[in-house]
Amino acid sequence: MTAAPYEPGRVRALLARRRPGFGEPIFRIVVLLAALTVLATIIGLVVTMTVESRRGIAHNGWSFLWTSTWDQVRQVFGALPFVYGTVMTSVTALALAMLVGVGVALFLVELAPAWVARPVGFMVEMLAAIPSVVFGLWGIFILAPWLQQHVELPLHQRLGWLPFFSTYPTTAVGNFAAIVVLAIMVLPTVAAVSRDVIAAVPRSQREAALALGATRWEMMRLGVLPYARSGILGAGILGLARGVGETMAVTMVIGNSPTITLSLFKQGYTMASVIANEFTEATTALYRSTLIEIGLLLLVITLLINVGARLLVWRVTGGQPSGGALQ
Amino acid sequence: MTPALTGADIRGRHLRRRQARDRLMRALLWCSALAAVTPLLLLLMFVVREGLPAFRPSLFTEVPRPLGESGGGVKPAVVGSLIMVGLGTFIGVPIAILAGVYAREYAGSRLATVIRFLIDVLAGVPSITIGLFVYGLLVAPMHTFSGLAGAVALAILIVPTVARVTDEMLALVPRSVREAAYALGVPRWKTIARVVLPSAKVGIATGVVLGVARIAGETAPLLFTALGNRTVSTSLVRPMDALPLRIYVYATGPYRSWHQQAWAASLLLVLLVLGFSLITRLLLRRRAPGPD
Repeated sequence: MTAAPYEPGRVRALLARRRPGFGEPIFRIVVLLAALTVLATIIGLVVTMTVESRRGIAHNGWSFLWTSTWDQVRQVFGALPFVYGTVMTSVTALALAMLVGVGVALFLVELAPAWVARPVGFMVEMLAAIPSVVFGLWGIFILAPWLQQHVELPLHQRLGWLPFFSTYPTTAVGNFAAIVVLAIMVLPTVAAVSRDVIAAVPRSQREAALALGATRWEMMRLGVLPYARSGILGAGILGLARGVGETMAVTMVIGNSPTITLSLFKQGYTMASVIANEFTEATTALYRSTLIEIGLLLLVITLLINVGARLLVWRVTGGQPSGGALQ
Repeated sequence: MTPALTGADIRGRHLRRRQARDRLMRALLWCSALAAVTPLLLLLMFVVREGLPAFRPSLFTEVPRPLGESGGGVKPAVVGSLIMVGLGTFIGVPIAILAGVYAREYAGSRLATVIRFLIDVLAGVPSITIGLFVYGLLVAPMHTFSGLAGAVALAILIVPTVARVTDEMLALVPRSVREAAYALGVPRWKTIARVVLPSAKVGIATGVVLGVARIAGETAPLLFTALGNRTVSTSLVRPMDALPLRIYVYATGPYRSWHQQAWAASLLLVLLVLGFSLITRLLLRRRAPGPD
């Protein structure tokens, strides 16, 4: 690094040029404007999408939310298959990711020696940095065919009487592949935020448990996890928000078929993937407007989830930003 | 459940059972760590294995050949990505840094708290809706998909990453540095601009690098803004290609040669992301603690 910027010579130079004047108000206005740009972007996002989707909103009415016909030729639109697909895939994926993610977070904070914790932490962060489209590519050609042969077929043969596994997995792509890819993609979010929350649990909690003769696991279960519970819940909700908004990888592996089914081995569709897949092919203004309406719905859902999660996490970590990429 | 830790419990079978459970749970935590790193290793392995055969200089210097001809490259995507990521960074980063400065340096005011909250909220907005937003903002009024629209979408996406890191890094600058400047009579704004920000510049730089790596891999916001283009285009008011867009088109297409190029382009993106992450690690490690 270069010399410290506040060495005496520099400071004296700053002082020499000092004159009372407009510096303070101008600086204040400049940073305020930048801050307001963030506000304006969010307002602009909501307003623009509302305006762009008004034609669809007027045509589709409220029943848009609970009907499931999707017919662009007859111009009958119902968003239920996409809402269902989004909720089903992201909730299931989150459940998988929470199992592993909270485990990793506990592992990193409570168990791992530094020489293990550092590379593992780095690799989990790297997972968050891999572009979505690369996950999609890997999902289509490697993961989905492997899952079909080694997970879906055995599950169908042994547990085919369960509605989730009742369909013969004819194609590699489908709900199951989407869920697994999504779980991998939300894992870093869950793990990173949980780790921050668990690390924020006071030492005294752990020491008290150990002093009472608790084993390491008992210390985590009785001293650490109850304390971190609401923060871990927040981590889960943040992961859910990420999963709900995830587009490319899901579009590439879910099969893009608007069916509502309990079967994990059928093809599905999500709100984000129907937009990605059909928007540039939407020939009529109404069709396009309807897709933007789905986008608006997606935006509102993720905003609600996010605000809830942030409030939870903020309460635990005391207002510090969390879940960032930096340790 | 509370632990019943009476003297009798600490001996005998009960203790052994507790220790067995402890060992089991520790083993499970190790397993979860293994389960978390396995997907990354597998993904990297396959991207390298499948991407290497087509990973040649011609991939980046040649335009796509007509269907049926083998060879060719993804030059339009490389050029388009460079332009849009560059322009997006150029627009987004100054706004992000200044917004981060506002959130931290004017912390305590209600608006600063709101802004910090909104930065977090913006980070959680699905990137596909950013694409729809910019479609309504620029593409529909201009009646054309454009590189400019793509760059604006990427600029919006880089803001929360960089603003958040700026905020965090400014918080790490010791109070004494500020106080020293104030004591010398340096006005507040100059203290921030010439003393505090430079002390945090390495940290902020890592945020920018991370942000660039993130937007370089974004596909969804470019689908309805930049659209994609099979010829090299440097015009900001015409459709422009990008690497992630090309990967998406090629991966979902039917041709073997497309798939190979998609893998090779993915290898490039992954190397970029890995390289940038390592750079940020090194930057942060080398950062000298400021004298107190």
